[in-house]
Amino acid sequence: MALRTLRIWLWVAVLGLALTAVAGALLLRPQQKVAGSFGVAAFDLVDHHGKPVDETVFAGHPSALFFGFTHCPEVCPTTMAEMAAWFEALGEEGQDLRAYFVSVDPERDTPALLGDYVGWVSDRITGITGDPVQIDSLARAWGVFYEKVPLEGGDYTIDHTASVFLLDRDGQFQGTIAYREDMATALGKLRNLLARS
Amino acid sequence: MIRLLRAALAAAILVVTPALAHNGVIHLGDINISLPFTRATLPNAPVGGGFLTIENAGTEADRLVSATSEVAGETQIHEMAMEGDVMKMRQLAEGLEIPAGETVVLAPGGVHIMFMGLKQAFVEGETVAVTLTFEKAGSVEVLLPVAAAAADMPAGAMVH
Repeated sequence: MALRTLRIWLWVAVLGLALTAVAGALLLRPQQKVAGSFGVAAFDLVDHHGKPVDETVFAGHPSALFFGFTHCPEVCPTTMAEMAAWFEALGEEGQDLRAYFVSVDPERDTPALLGDYVGWVSDRITGITGDPVQIDSLARAWGVFYEKVPLEGGDYTIDHTASVFLLDRDGQFQGTIAYREDMATALGKLRNLLARS
Repeated sequence: MIRLLRAALAAAILVVTPALAHNGVIHLGDINISLPFTRATLPNAPVGGGFLTIENAGTEADRLVSATSEVAGETQIHEMAMEGDVMKMRQLAEGLEIPAGETVVLAPGGVHIMFMGLKQAFVEGETVAVTLTFEKAGSVEVLLPVAAAAADMPAGAMVH
């Protein structure tokens, strides 16, 4: 009887040690760098002057990246107007900051159309358009959702992700500014990005 | 009695001027329309949104069935909503119900009049005319003052 109790307790001890070992191995396992690959994609597109742009465009300065389209009724003009206000509020402090407007409607958004549209915001914003397949791989890399929605009369609109992505000097993802984020919060995020870049 | 007088007065006004603006409110039968505005459009943007507040002071539900305008190739009634961080927009093909005794606000981020195929840009400080047709109350032309590109309310409107 006593021997049997001892044997049970020994098994309990073995099980306990095994659990500790497994838990320890899980906790001590090196952290995988998931964030590091977010947004990283090679692409060949054109800017609003019709000049080629690729992934190196995001290197060497902090960036604010937005995906939209000129037929966008509300989110895009609102975000562009707010972006203009950010540039104005940051002034000299924000001189390193560059902004990018990637069209999710490249069939309709020609470089010339995009040029006047983004030019309204600032001379430091670049419109990006081009091959829909390349646009798609860039959007996918950023986890950007976009989908055409047909409208009466043969027209269409596009449902799309409304956030602004913030990238550091190396083009690495640092955070987002949400649609209609409070001006002070948005400026805080941009100042933080500029300070770290 | 007062109510009857008011109804008679409203009917009389209706005969004279279908859309009498009083203190910035447009009256059309039981429908009162206030705080109309639109937003300045960005260069090359072929679309714009119209916003206003519709009150149904009557005892029967009415419905905004259509909006038309000379400024756009096509004018529709739309609804938009954020789902997560994605903005989704849908046409309200059946129009927009204005329940009896209730007020429906057409505002940025929600239900709005959608102008598509703009013939010219909306310029801040100018006005855009739109004709609204209600199932029961009939039609009325509303002038939407053009506010700034990211405005949430008409210029000069105060938050109380």
